[in-house]
Amino acid sequence: MEFILVQTLSGLASAASLFLVASGLSIIFGVTRIVNFAHGAFYMLGAYMAFTLTDRWTGAFGFWGAIIAASLVVAVLGALMEMVLLRRIYQAPELFQLLATFGVTLMVQDIVVLIWGPEDLMGPRAPGFTGAVTVFGRMVPSYDFLLIALGPVVLGLLWLLFHYTRWGVLVRAATQDRDMVAALGVNQKWLFTSVFALGVFLAALGGALQIPRTTVSHSMDLAIIVEVFVVVVIGGLGSVLGAFVAAIIVSELNAFGILIFPKISLILVFLVMAVVLVIRPWGLFGKPESAPRPAAGLSIRPWRPFTPAERIAVAVGVFGAAVLPFFLGNYALTVGAEILVFVLFAASLHFLMTVGGLASFGHAAYFGLGAYGAAFLVKFTGAPMEAALLVGPLMGLAGAVVFGWFCVRLSGVYFAMLTLAFAQIAWSIAFQWVDVTGGDNGMLGIWPSTWASSPRGFFWLALGIAVVGVGILRVLVFSPFGYGLRASRDSALRSEAIGIDRRSMQWVAFIVAGTFAGISGATFAFLKGSVFPDFLGIPTSVDGLVMVLLGGIETVSGAVVGAVVYKALAIWLMSQTDLSKLVLGAIIVLLVVAFPKGIVGFLEDLRYRLRPPRANGAGPKTAGYGIAKVEAAE
Amino acid sequence: MKKIIGSALAALVLATGAASAQQGEIKVGEINSYSALPAFTEPYRKGMELALKEINDAGGIKGKKLVIISKDDGGKPGDALTAANELVSRDGVVLLAGGFLSNVGLALADFAKQKKVLYIAAEPLTDAIVWSKGNDYTFRLRTSNYMQAAMLAEEAAKLPAKRWATIAPNYEFGQSFVAAFKELLTKRRPDVEFVAEQWPPLGKIDAGPVLQAIDAAKPDAILNATFAGDLVKLVREGNTRGVFKDRAVVSYLTGEPEYLDPLKEETPAGWIVTGYPWYSIKTAAHQAFLDAYQQLHKDYPRLGSIVGYSTVKSIAAVLTATDDHSTDGLAKAMKGLKVDTPFGSIVYRAADHQSTLGAYIGTTGIRDGKGIMVDPVFREGAAYLPSEADAAKLRPAN
Repeated sequence: MEFILVQTLSGLASAASLFLVASGLSIIFGVTRIVNFAHGAFYMLGAYMAFTLTDRWTGAFGFWGAIIAASLVVAVLGALMEMVLLRRIYQAPELFQLLATFGVTLMVQDIVVLIWGPEDLMGPRAPGFTGAVTVFGRMVPSYDFLLIALGPVVLGLLWLLFHYTRWGVLVRAATQDRDMVAALGVNQKWLFTSVFALGVFLAALGGALQIPRTTVSHSMDLAIIVEVFVVVVIGGLGSVLGAFVAAIIVSELNAFGILIFPKISLILVFLVMAVVLVIRPWGLFGKPESAPRPAAGLSIRPWRPFTPAERIAVAVGVFGAAVLPFFLGNYALTVGAEILVFVLFAASLHFLMTVGGLASFGHAAYFGLGAYGAAFLVKFTGAPMEAALLVGPLMGLAGAVVFGWFCVRLSGVYFAMLTLAFAQIAWSIAFQWVDVTGGDNGMLGIWPSTWASSPRGFFWLALGIAVVGVGILRVLVFSPFGYGLRASRDSALRSEAIGIDRRSMQWVAFIVAGTFAGISGATFAFLKGSVFPDFLGIPTSVDGLVMVLLGGIETVSGAVVGAVVYKALAIWLMSQTDLSKLVLGAIIVLLVVAFPKGIVGFLEDLRYRLRPPRANGAGPKTAGYGIAKVEAAE
Repeated sequence: MKKIIGSALAALVLATGAASAQQGEIKVGEINSYSALPAFTEPYRKGMELALKEINDAGGIKGKKLVIISKDDGGKPGDALTAANELVSRDGVVLLAGGFLSNVGLALADFAKQKKVLYIAAEPLTDAIVWSKGNDYTFRLRTSNYMQAAMLAEEAAKLPAKRWATIAPNYEFGQSFVAAFKELLTKRRPDVEFVAEQWPPLGKIDAGPVLQAIDAAKPDAILNATFAGDLVKLVREGNTRGVFKDRAVVSYLTGEPEYLDPLKEETPAGWIVTGYPWYSIKTAAHQAFLDAYQQLHKDYPRLGSIVGYSTVKSIAAVLTATDDHSTDGLAKAMKGLKVDTPFGSIVYRAADHQSTLGAYIGTTGIRDGKGIMVDPVFREGAAYLPSEADAAKLRPAN
């Protein structure tokens, strides 16, 4: 009995810092609809800043002053980022802000190492809270009690702020319907900036309060960001109370779960999220998202297949790629093959995101499943590469069938988070099931057949797969299925009224995307000669998202360009500098600001501005008939 | 910002794309997790720089200048393979070295086997790299998981403790270390039992609940294999909660300055650890290294420095030992190769390609507010390895 009580207290203490960070993220999302990937970076900056300040200012007053001051400094940084960067791209397509904040996150990781050095830093303990309190004969750190008390206090303060100040009322109104708030004449700019600053302040405070418990290091941000997203989603987006309850649920389940399954921490939060989302699609305290108001008056550029001239251009491009092996060296060809693999991967995600209107945060799951499928065949049945390439992706397909069935019941960010949960569950199976998958050591010796083992041969193989794959996906876009899918994306109600079953359409799209991701994954396994759990990991999923967004989300095949640019850049920077994350992050941020519609979207705009099409007499100025998305042909 | 540790001339040659190695220099490739794990790789890089400077100041490899081209793997095996490919097929290096993470090391080892290029694994600790997944072209420098588990189990067996609990990060490194320790301790002490285990995810330990769970099983002794930030959380929580009081603790790698220094005045007393007590090693070989290192870098060495330094010394030794710089020639010369390191002379065993680099074992203590290893003793690596005949049986038949 005493043990259970003490374990509960430990869980509550862990919940407190999770709640602080999560509440900030939830508030930001609620008002600005920004999925702030940089939230973890601000958490980390809060800890680093607090480390420096507590080092300078001693004594109790100095310590607590330093914690608050550090959080304020970081909040100012956050507000600056919002003003300089995000304000420019609020009009960009959904999720584009995610790309911008992802770029910032990459930069911050390298910047903290440059400023504070590579070593883990240990800050002082909190004055007055260094000891332990004996509870039923067991010692509980007094700092834990402070944290346990802090959670409800912050929750209460936020409640007062939101219910008894004009600003708070505006924030709540904006969370419910920000278009209406704007229509009523509220200055959105400052509302957004102040909300962002508050959210970042809470993140930084959460980080600063960690320094008496742990070391400060440059990997803190990634350690918390995903978990925080999960907590926000379990609680319900935009709901601070939900974040509070979800943080407690997750922490307590972890505290007791490890007693029965000592290895459960790795996966617990994702299991909880998957269960919650399947039962309550909008999280515990969330409300169903109101249908987005179609943006009226946007120019429409319907997608159309290639014109004959464009077809010739594409054919020339493919031919140009096919003769590259006669000019390039082995290393360049291997890099080329890697880029081609990711072209197909990005194209499959792009299909799901733009045609299906479903942004997946866990697309790497199917890439990885395809890779493992191929590896299993080679390792356990001795199948040759050709068979493994054909059959391996079926595992990606199978995964997409099962996971997709649950996922398409949801939409928007909840859909994205459920895909993430499933991807993490798949990842943890690959990571934990050492006997079969080799755990994080991966499966080695998955090398291609002799004819494809030379860099030249494999390049052609990868090119063939990518060209056929992207070609099929394009054909699908312009098939009746593709039109139906776009209909249910643009207006669920209208398409259902004319007899299109949205769910089954989207499920099929999910399976198609998963299968093509599986094919690229299987190819990747043979390119690398090995398979590792990080193929299914979050970074791979994020890479895919970045490629799609970079290429342009409102285009038919922008992902191809996005994949080539991003992957080539990433490989080249990795080889040239230790600060690859800093440079890559900066480039992403610049691209986001320069091309808010993605590279291909930008080129499309440019072309239409120079040469408006005459077909159908429909110029780009034609007003929309309630179509939410701008489609760009290419 | 290509990190060519060598002359500007070498950089120029590469930049202008000259494919073949310039007369009078030998290029080797090196890969490590520079951006992902700077706490280890910065000292490691400094150790390499020192060794390289010493070798080239002394005339290089038989008059040829040694040039090391370093690449970052970002902590991912897939990216390590890309880098390896670049080094081998574009830069034309004669051999590969480096690696920190076990999975990166295994990926590079498999690359070495497939592409027939020599790979000297610097740090990866996994036993698979020389045993169950060993191959003809892969050799490993660092004192392995098994060897350090054997050293710690030897000390652990002397303790009266019968009930043991384990805490290790939940991935292959932690799992295989705990398995080896259990096996070796049980062999020496059939009466011990393992009563609890905790597997926190790497970098995300929830120390309070984990320690309560361990405490509830009432063990006599605790085996810990967490490190870096996880270790600090564990120590702080454990000290406050009194979980370590009256219990023996055996802790893997904790004596390495990389992990011990952040603990400062909270370093627990009396933990049995492996590590690197640079402040109290009195051998001539180490003193010479220490003086040279501190003169060059104005900093004290970490264990990474020893690994980086010894890696480059091994590279130089093998390139000097034979004039046949083909992979087969080098692999042949690696077998039984003798190298002088700051930890004394080591031999790369012919049968399983593991070096006999030893390790220091001691107990933790505090001096001047800093964590140190008290009474460190050096353990010869050779004494804690299975015999060459037995080890050869652990390797796959090629």
